[in-house]
Amino acid sequence: MLDRLQTPPPAQPLLPRLMGLVLVPVPLFAIQPILDRLVRDITTRRPEMFDRLGPHTTTRFVIDVDEFPFVLMLRPDPTAPRMTAHRRSENIAHGASIGGPFMTLFQILDGDGDSDALFFSRQVRVGGDTEAAMCLRHALDDLEGSVVDDIMKIGGPLYAPLRLILSRLRHQAGGNGAASIPPGPDKRAKS
Amino acid sequence: MSVEQAGQMARPELVCPAGTPAALRTAVDAGADAVYCGLANATNARNFPGLNFSVPELEKAIPYARKGGTKVLLAVNSFATAPGADLWHRAIDTGASLGVDAVIVADIGVAAYAARTHPGLRLHLSVQAGASSPEAIKYYCREFNVKRVVLPRILTIAEISAIHDLIPCEIEAFVFGNIGMMAEGRCSLTNYITGQSTNMDGVCSPASAVRFEKQTDGAMTARLGDFEIDCYEAGENAGYPTICKGRYLTPGRNAPYYAFEEPVSLNLSSLLPDLVKAGVSALKIEGRQRSRSYVRAVVTAYRRAIDDIMDGQPPDLSALVALTEGGKQTQGAFKSKKWR
Repeated sequence: MLDRLQTPPPAQPLLPRLMGLVLVPVPLFAIQPILDRLVRDITTRRPEMFDRLGPHTTTRFVIDVDEFPFVLMLRPDPTAPRMTAHRRSENIAHGASIGGPFMTLFQILDGDGDSDALFFSRQVRVGGDTEAAMCLRHALDDLEGSVVDDIMKIGGPLYAPLRLILSRLRHQAGGNGAASIPPGPDKRAKS
Repeated sequence: MSVEQAGQMARPELVCPAGTPAALRTAVDAGADAVYCGLANATNARNFPGLNFSVPELEKAIPYARKGGTKVLLAVNSFATAPGADLWHRAIDTGASLGVDAVIVADIGVAAYAARTHPGLRLHLSVQAGASSPEAIKYYCREFNVKRVVLPRILTIAEISAIHDLIPCEIEAFVFGNIGMMAEGRCSLTNYITGQSTNMDGVCSPASAVRFEKQTDGAMTARLGDFEIDCYEAGENAGYPTICKGRYLTPGRNAPYYAFEEPVSLNLSSLLPDLVKAGVSALKIEGRQRSRSYVRAVVTAYRRAIDDIMDGQPPDLSALVALTEGGKQTQGAFKSKKWR
């Protein structure tokens, strides 16, 4: 017999919606230096990511966060990695797209969300080249720790608010499993 | 089950999926007794781009597993194709040279090569071999010195118990994860549309042929190659588009329906004590293609469940349904031959 489960989407916390509202009047060129720094730092720290991307290092990925007034375009080319913000009205050309509520995507990025289960329950959207999206998922999922860890390591007072927000988001998400895998059971119990 | 009864049972081994080194570490930390993984090529049945291990990654992962008291099983369980059998032979050689605890094989030629070239290498028979009778299993044990058979998911627990009494090797059974209606190792449906083989290229519904398209009304269409496999209404749980789990328009039906099988996951949590009593010595979790978050959740839950059962306590695995495909779970053929 089949058992069925209807999973209502979880209530989204306030902070991402506030972030989205704050970002509405911000011109995109003002965001670009932050995106450049994030991409530069992460790709420098994580060169192993590119192996799992295989042929898709030149694919253009659109990341569509529901609460944000813009989408992000990522091109994970190891020779010239690039992430840019675009208004939705631009309809930018891309190979694959991944979208969903901020907290859901944040949990996946932080190694805490099961992207397949989130996709099956329609909380995450995937469009375009499914293979490219899967490669990006595997590349992020195989990291020791998570990309969020990397962002939180970016120093300097300018990034202090970002670190604070991420810390707060992690708290709201219930902590990150990537960095804090629950201790294994008593090994004596093993066969 | 009483504490006394539990104490008389052999503790089953928990065999867990590792699609990436991070998933392997996660499984080890969550309490896996063994992990199974594959090399990043067509020699294993989860040959998805971006997944699996390079030889250096496997070499680095084995000591981590050893330190955690966890065995490493290398899946070389697709079927070798002419004239490329060398790829499968090299995978066997790699497993032997790196000192994996066992190699999981399906192909008779690959099994013969492993038994002849590396007689000390422990062999497990993959579910892909589809060995479901005592005679078939005994053949593999006699000819290739197979030490464990992973049974196809088409047998009831009573049948497993009967087989156990007649074979000279251990039994491993799937307890959680993806399940298809086809007898393992026999399905060619994905070839029909994509030209790639589940059994020889190691991939069912290759992602390169999969497209999800959002419709204006919020519905989502899932396509495989040129064929529409399913269309999910807004908010309706979805699944990965395999032909056997598609919804089709057929004569005599007013609407598309699952002509073969629904997207569904196997979950035998409530049958664990019966499986152990039937003589199953290893319980396997499917999902090398899934995230480390999935691995952490499922392995942790099953680790606790097995330990609870062995302590004579009822296991609680209610949270696992959230990780199932399409939000649906089944006990498959294990409880009844008719599982729809």
